[in-house]
Amino acid sequence: MAGIHISEVSKIYTGGVKAVSSVSIDIVDGEFIVLVGPSGCGKSTLLRMVAGLEAISAGEVKIAGRVVNQIEPAERDIAMVFQNYALYPHMTVYNNLAYGLKNRGTPKAEIDARVAEAARMLEITQYLERKPRQLSGGQRQRVAMGRAIVRKPAAFLFDEPLSNLDAKLRVSMRGEIKRLQRRLGTTSIYVTHDQLEAMTLADRLVVLNGGQIEQIGAPLEVYHAPASTFVASFIGSPAMNLVKGELHGDKLAIGPAMVALNGFAPTSGSVTVGVRAEDLRIARDDEEALPFRLEYTEELGAQRLIHGTVGDQQITAAVSPEIALSPDMRIAVDAKRLHFFSIETGKRLPGNVPAEAKLAPVEPVI
Amino acid sequence: MVENRPFLTFLTHAFLILGFLVVALPVYVAIVASTHDVSTLMSGPVPLLPGSHLIENYSTILTSAAAAHGLPNYSHMALNSLIMALAITVGKIAISILSAFAIVYFRFPFRLLAFWIIFVTLMLPVEVRIMPTYKIVADLGMLNSWAGLTIPLIASATATFLFRQFFMTVPDELLEAARVDGAGPMKFFRDILLPLSRTNIGALCVILFIYGWVQYLWPLLVTTDPGYYTLMMGMKRMVTVQDGVIQWQLVMAGSVLAMLPPILVVVFMQRLFIRGLTETEK
Repeated sequence: MAGIHISEVSKIYTGGVKAVSSVSIDIVDGEFIVLVGPSGCGKSTLLRMVAGLEAISAGEVKIAGRVVNQIEPAERDIAMVFQNYALYPHMTVYNNLAYGLKNRGTPKAEIDARVAEAARMLEITQYLERKPRQLSGGQRQRVAMGRAIVRKPAAFLFDEPLSNLDAKLRVSMRGEIKRLQRRLGTTSIYVTHDQLEAMTLADRLVVLNGGQIEQIGAPLEVYHAPASTFVASFIGSPAMNLVKGELHGDKLAIGPAMVALNGFAPTSGSVTVGVRAEDLRIARDDEEALPFRLEYTEELGAQRLIHGTVGDQQITAAVSPEIALSPDMRIAVDAKRLHFFSIETGKRLPGNVPAEAKLAPVEPVI
Repeated sequence: MVENRPFLTFLTHAFLILGFLVVALPVYVAIVASTHDVSTLMSGPVPLLPGSHLIENYSTILTSAAAAHGLPNYSHMALNSLIMALAITVGKIAISILSAFAIVYFRFPFRLLAFWIIFVTLMLPVEVRIMPTYKIVADLGMLNSWAGLTIPLIASATATFLFRQFFMTVPDELLEAARVDGAGPMKFFRDILLPLSRTNIGALCVILFIYGWVQYLWPLLVTTDPGYYTLMMGMKRMVTVQDGVIQWQLVMAGSVLAMLPPILVVVFMQRLFIRGLTETEK
């Protein structure tokens, strides 16, 4: 068990392309960190540098207080779960699990015990004598996790481990990974491009874009107070509405409409306004509202997404399916649910405090 | 689409049978010729039905016929052929799998150049470079030796190329998983690459064994000591007799026997082949 300290780490490829630039993350012992971002954002590269599969161009990675920059992957006391599982195809499940231990000269009896324990934990005991090709995707995934568990490493590194599974299996494996990590209490770094996976698994999220950290925070923190328009549009589904607006004193102008801010205006002038689809509602007759021209709807069952325009800007709102729709509607939003971002930098404007400051604490379930 | 055209079926089968006959007829003639006595063979057209001298001819070739031509025993020559074929097979596979391993998995200066140099030798068959090769072997004093017989034939671009192509299809994650599991390069090679290459090695064994077995020109050049004669050379020598009757029935019997080991290798390895093909590894 150990913390991982990533300080000012960069990856610069020949030719000067920066895949990762000056990333610092402090991961405490037992924490589940998810690196999330679009493809090419450097999240996998960062993980592979922690694993020792890529050389670190600049900066320092410490695992359990020890600088590991020059240390071979096998000596770093980490275990990795790969996207395509990377099981040894010619070895039985037992040998796949035991290989790393054998290479370390672990006594046979202990290997047996550890493999049996991991197999029981993952419910793959009856498959120990099979070859990987005789297993289904989900079972292979379990074997890949088992290979990481038997080693009892200081940290687990997951490189998009669920992206080869079908949607249903992904959800159940997601739960299993979370449960297992809680139970073992092993520090974990998990890479994914799926924001839902990131939200559900993470103790803390690290949102990466273009090799740089956009935001680090607990999932709800990131959700309710995105640090930039990039984070705002990346985390959450449907993506946060981002529209151009104009602040006039305590009023916000969006296209033709005005919204009273009741003292929530952080600045004045042009801003990018962000609003979550679920924070929009159908306006009462007596309040200020945005004129909404309905274009099409998407049914999600519990919710209905209505897509349309306010002025000339696209807006998506999530409403109850019971609400009657008409081509021209009026929608409203509470001023405290608005997010304001700088037009130039896309960063969240100072003074724009997150609305959901008080969240019910979630008791960790073991 | 289901084809049901009797004429087409007939036509394709006719071509198939014709092709088979063209290929199989010489072999059949050889087998038939090995069952007649010399006077029948010399007296006119080659007979197409088996004769009655089968046992006599085969026991002669196996016991005394070769000695009459100043050659070592048939079994001695067969053993020479076997040693040469096996040495070439094992040597070629060992060398090429290691060089492919180096080319694919290690970063060293002029790696690509090294590969292309190996690759270019594909364009030069043994016969084309036989003069310089002979010169080198002679200068190194390797004439009339097993080393001289086999080493020049061992360096193989084909097998290196095949293994390289195969290694490039092995997912990188496998190497990375092995690294995380604490396997060094040679351990990775032994524990993972080698077992995965089983099918390729099997296929190459067949091809290279036959390649080594049928070598004629090179052994003819580098050996003058009859102790190193191979079957192919021996059979050829039995055909070149001065002032005498060529014992075709014996030559044919010897040739038919010489065909057996490659056939056995194909038959035996084919089972490995099919197992390798049905149990796909990825």
